[in-house]
This record gives sequence, C-alpha cells and structure tokens, in this order.
Amino acid sequence: MASRNAHLGLKLFTVYLALYGGFVFLNAFSAETMESTPFAGVNVAILYGFGLIIAAIVLSLIYGFICGNDASSDAGEASR
Amino acid sequence: MIYEPSAIAVVIFFIFVGITLGISFWLGRQAQDSQGYFAAHGQIPWFVNGVAFAGDYLSAASFLGICGMIAFYGYDGFLYSIGYLAGWIVALFVVAEPMKKLGKFTFADALDAKFGSPGIKLAAGISTLAVSVFYLIPQMVGAGVLVQPLLGFDHWVGVVIVGVTVILIVVTAGMVSTTWVQFIKGSLLVVFSAILTLMILNRGFESGTGEAVTGLRTLTLSDTGMPTPESDWELLEPEGPWKDTDFIRLKSVSGNVSVWTKHPDGENTLLLEAQTLTKTADGKILVNGEEKGSKKGEPELHPIGHIRSLPDDYEAGSPVGPLEFFSTLQKSEVVLWPNRKIQETDGSRTTVYYQKPTPGSHVLRPGEHPRFKGIRSDEFLDKLNFLSLMLALFCGTASLPHILIRYYTVKDAAAARKSTIVGIASIGFFYVLTLYLGLGAMTSGAMDVTTSNMAAPLLARSMNEWLFAAISAIAFTTVLGTVSGLILASAGAVTHDILTSYFKVEMDDARKVRVAKIASVAVGTIAIILGILFEGLNVSYLVGWAFSVAASANLPSLIMILFWKGVTKQGVISAIVVGMVSSLGWILLSADSMSKVFGFTDHAGFVPFGQPGIVTIPLGFLTLIAISLLTKKQEPVS
Repeated sequence: MASRNAHLGLKLFTVYLALYGGFVFLNAFSAETMESTPFAGVNVAILYGFGLIIAAIVLSLIYGFICGNDASSDAGEASR
Repeated sequence: MIYEPSAIAVVIFFIFVGITLGISFWLGRQAQDSQGYFAAHGQIPWFVNGVAFAGDYLSAASFLGICGMIAFYGYDGFLYSIGYLAGWIVALFVVAEPMKKLGKFTFADALDAKFGSPGIKLAAGISTLAVSVFYLIPQMVGAGVLVQPLLGFDHWVGVVIVGVTVILIVVTAGMVSTTWVQFIKGSLLVVFSAILTLMILNRGFESGTGEAVTGLRTLTLSDTGMPTPESDWELLEPEGPWKDTDFIRLKSVSGNVSVWTKHPDGENTLLLEAQTLTKTADGKILVNGEEKGSKKGEPELHPIGHIRSLPDDYEAGSPVGPLEFFSTLQKSEVVLWPNRKIQETDGSRTTVYYQKPTPGSHVLRPGEHPRFKGIRSDEFLDKLNFLSLMLALFCGTASLPHILIRYYTVKDAAAARKSTIVGIASIGFFYVLTLYLGLGAMTSGAMDVTTSNMAAPLLARSMNEWLFAAISAIAFTTVLGTVSGLILASAGAVTHDILTSYFKVEMDDARKVRVAKIASVAVGTIAIILGILFEGLNVSYLVGWAFSVAASANLPSLIMILFWKGVTKQGVISAIVVGMVSSLGWILLSADSMSKVFGFTDHAGFVPFGQPGIVTIPLGFLTLIAISLLTKKQEPVS
C-alpha cells in the first residue's frame, strides 16, 4: 500500500509541478500575459497565483482522501 | 518614525506572550527523557501537529517580510508566498511518509537508515546547523523590528528579549512545549490575519494628494520653472552628488532645505515632496533637514501609503469584495516610495525617500521589485536569477530540518500525512491573505518609510491600537515559535547526530537532554548576535537564501535515497558537503552580500547572479550520482 501511496504522490506531484512550472515560465518569458485581466477585472498574475494555492490544497486533500481510505499507515498495515 | 509605546499595547502584548509561555511550560513539564525532549514521544495529535506545521513555517519572513515587500513594491512579494507553499507539495507527496518510516529524531536518521554511517550523521548534522542558523538570522531581525514600535526599545533589545525567551522555552521543555507554542501561534496568526483582511475590505480605499495622510506637500511649477508662490521658495542649483539626480532642492523662507521630485499632471507639472534621512559626519541624524526628535510633534519622518486617484466608478470609502479589491486597485494610481542614497561631499550620507506615483496595473503585476527585475528584463542572467529563486523555494521546504523533525512528533506515517495536509490548508489560506494585508498596508497611510518589515503591524495600528497590540504579540510569538523549532533542530543535530553518532560520546538519557540544552543556549546566543548584526535586511530575502542552502545541501540525498538503489554513503556525504559549501559560497560571493553584508556598495560580486539554487541543487544531484557510481563496487548496497 505504501508504494501505491508513493505512486499516487508522484502523479499528483507531477500535476502540480506542471502548474507551478507554467506559472514560473510564464512570468519569466511572457510577462505581458500576467498583466491581462480576463476575469472580473483581476489580472492573470493574481488569478494564477491564487489558483496555485487552491490547487495545492485540493491536490493534498485528494491525496489524503485516497490514501486514508486505503488505511496505508504503518499502524494500519500492522493490524491487518 | 517615532514610536511611542501605548499602555494598552504593552499590557495586551505581555498577556499574550505570558499565556503562551505559561501553556508551554505547563504542557512541557513531563518531557524529561530524550524521546520526549526531541520528539514529544511521537504522541502529538495529527491535527495539532498540522497547525503547528503552520506555526513553525509561517515565520517572521512570511508575516513581516512578505507583507512588507508587497506593501512597498506590490505583487512581487506574493511570489514568495506562492513559492513557499509550492514547496509543501514536495514535502507531502514525496518526502513525508518515507521520512516518518525511516527516521527517529532527526532527518539525518532517515538519510542514514540504510547505511549506519557516522559520516552521514556528521555531514547532515552540520548542514542542519548551517541551515538553521541561516534561517534564525531573519527571525531575530524580525523580532528586533517588532519590539521597537511596540515597547519603544532599540532593535538590539528586541533581539535579546526573543533570544532569551526562546532559550528559556527550549531549555525548560523541549518539543512538547515548542509544539504547543507553534499550535497556538499558528491558529492565532491565521485567525487574526483573516480578521484584519475583513477590516481592510470593509474600509475600502481613500484617495488624495497624500497631504492629509502623510503631511507631505505638493507644489505646482509655474511657467518660469519656479514653484508657486515664488516668494516662498529659493531654487538651489544642483551641486556635488545632487547633479547626477533628478531631485529638486528648495530652500524655504525659514532656511530649511527640502527635496522634491517632478511629476507631470495633465498640463501642469507638480512637485511632490520627498523625505530625507541624513547621517552627518559627526553622527547626528537629520530628518528632512532638521535634527530628529524623540517625542511626538518633534521632527520625524512622515508615515506613508496613499492612493492618488481612484477609478470613477468607485465611491471612496465604500467596502469592496475580495475580487473588487484588486479590480479597484488595478484602475487606481498608487504612490510607491523608492529610495536613493547620496554620499555628500561633507562626509554625510543622505537617503532620499521619494514619491513614485504608479498605475495600479503595474503594482499588481510581477517584476516591479529590483530583485525580480528578471521578469521584465531582456538579460538572460536576470531571468536565470528569477528561475533560480523560484526553484529554491520549491525545493527548500522539504529540506528544512526544523520542518522535517516535525514528522517525528506524530505516531505513524498516516498521521504524518494528515498533519501535512492540515498544514498545507492553513498555510495556503494564510498566503492568500498576505496579498490583501500587503496591499492594505500599501494604502493605509501608516507605514514607516525606512523599514518594510513593519508594514503588517502598522497596518493593524491604522485600524486600532488593540488590534496593533494583538497582531504585534502574535508576530512576536510567531518569531518565538519558529526560533524554538530551529534551536531544537540544531540541538538535536549536535547531540544526536554529531556527538552520539559521530564522536561516539556515551551518554545516558538524562545527559543527552542536558547536552541538548547546552547546545540550545549556544545556538540561541549565536542567533542573538547575528540578529543584531543583520538589522537592515528584509527578512524574506534572508529566508530565500536559507531555502537555497537547505535545498542544495539536503534535497539531493533525501530524494535519491528514496528513488535510486545505487546510492552509496560516500555519495550522500559528498552531496551534502558540496551542496552546502557551494550554495553558501555562492551567496557570500554575490553582489547582494558584497553590498548589504560586507558594505562594498556597487560591487558586482564574483558570481553572475544572486540566487544559487539553479546551479547548486543540480550540482548536489550530480555529485551524489557521480560519487555513488565511483564508489559502488567497494560498497554494494542491498
């Protein structure tokens, strides 16, 4: 189970890495994109920044939810 | 600014700090053996541990440094928030569970689990000490900055108060009490920041020339190039170092010399008053040309932070929603306060703080702060510097020893995972608030032009004195919580990794705890001294460096041990040493260190850019792989 958790962790990590990498490279190589205001008069820099924070919370909850149901802790395995 | 302590503020402050310390001593009184001292017997509930993660992690850098940077430069400080939080993803998805399974007291245990090598313990112990001391500096600087306005003490007194209090906490009780201090502080910080944010949204925005807010004057230039009324002013010819600047110096009828900047305003040209802080050759301090006072009403620098114009569709002073807050600011014109240092011919040194009216759309975009100029620069090296910082923030969190030891305070891997998730949720929520707090401070009319670190507490003061006291006390306990964690991590490294594992000093349980306490006093004393020496630096910037060292020294070994069977003990030791030495060396040889630490202004440094991570983190990985391959035959790994 632990390796299943590790697998899931790596998958979610890759998703976040892509989101974070996108943010950093957009800043570095297309700064004007960050200035445009596509929604409610708020610019991409703020929307993407908040999005990254929310994504971190959501992905960690997904991870916790799936791992939690698998009872994958040391204690859980020991009791099986 | 002149800070006069208020009785309410002082009383609330001491009540807060007293309660926190009382709880910590009470809870920590049972933890007398080494298991209890270093790891709280692994019995901290996961939720408490999760909030304590937030309390440990949301240091002075987050609360004071990030808010201050946003308040002075806009969006750029928020890049730190994003990077600091992203690092937790590495901690949760990659490091948390294996760390818990492999280790016992310190992260060196986990690195060494396969090998049983004293060399790894020594290298990891030294790297823990290096990272912790680096991380301690900004915390202590933050402490000094806080105590100044609140209690009216000098910076160094604040540093000593925090140092002594923390040493007391750590020496008395260890990990149990440290955890509870961090839990209380983490909860209070998030709750009070949320309250402050609601108050900012409810207050809305005001605009004006700034005269009402800051007391600084605005003049109009006449066609003759003289300010009106002409009879009141004499225009001074630029001379000496002033020739190289765009500043205009005017002498008033009373003989006082003031400094101004030109600002086009429709068909007119306005003169906006700047502020000056001069240190004369004989050590006197002058503000705006007059000797600095020590009481209210005497000459002092004016508080700053105002909006020049608001969008037409917004009614000044009306409450704004969470998104409307940004869309309104986006269409406003905000006054920022850059500064310029001038070395005068008579040996005195003047810092000019001048008004820079800036469109809100620029304030809310990345790349305005000099440190993030890479975003808007065509220079590839500048871009590399930015990428390097963002990489270090991403990789640094999961390599910070004082965060890693928190995985040993819970009972199993599942609890480690759950507490990390609680930590991410609390920290993420707080980081969203930093943008509101920073921009709220920028427009509060209450900031001290000389230090960005005080923006958040002064913002609270612009609301009311009670809130100021509460926020300052929380910020103070913030420093206490983080510093205790760091000192405890260092004490663990000295006792457990270096003395017991490397030097094979035989110690019974009671002696281990005693040695750890002595180590805590030593590290605490070093932190106090460094905190006094590094007074003038933005705390968030210093933490950025600590992240680079942590990521370069520790991350390659942590990751490779988990994912590559070919790792050898020589590989691990070399990676830690090379990562630590190269990143520290790079930082000390950078242009920033040359000017801000060693005092060589305008020195270009000996490395192409300031942030080492993009070079030294891969270097750590390469070293580990190369040395492991070279030493593989001598030491087969099972």
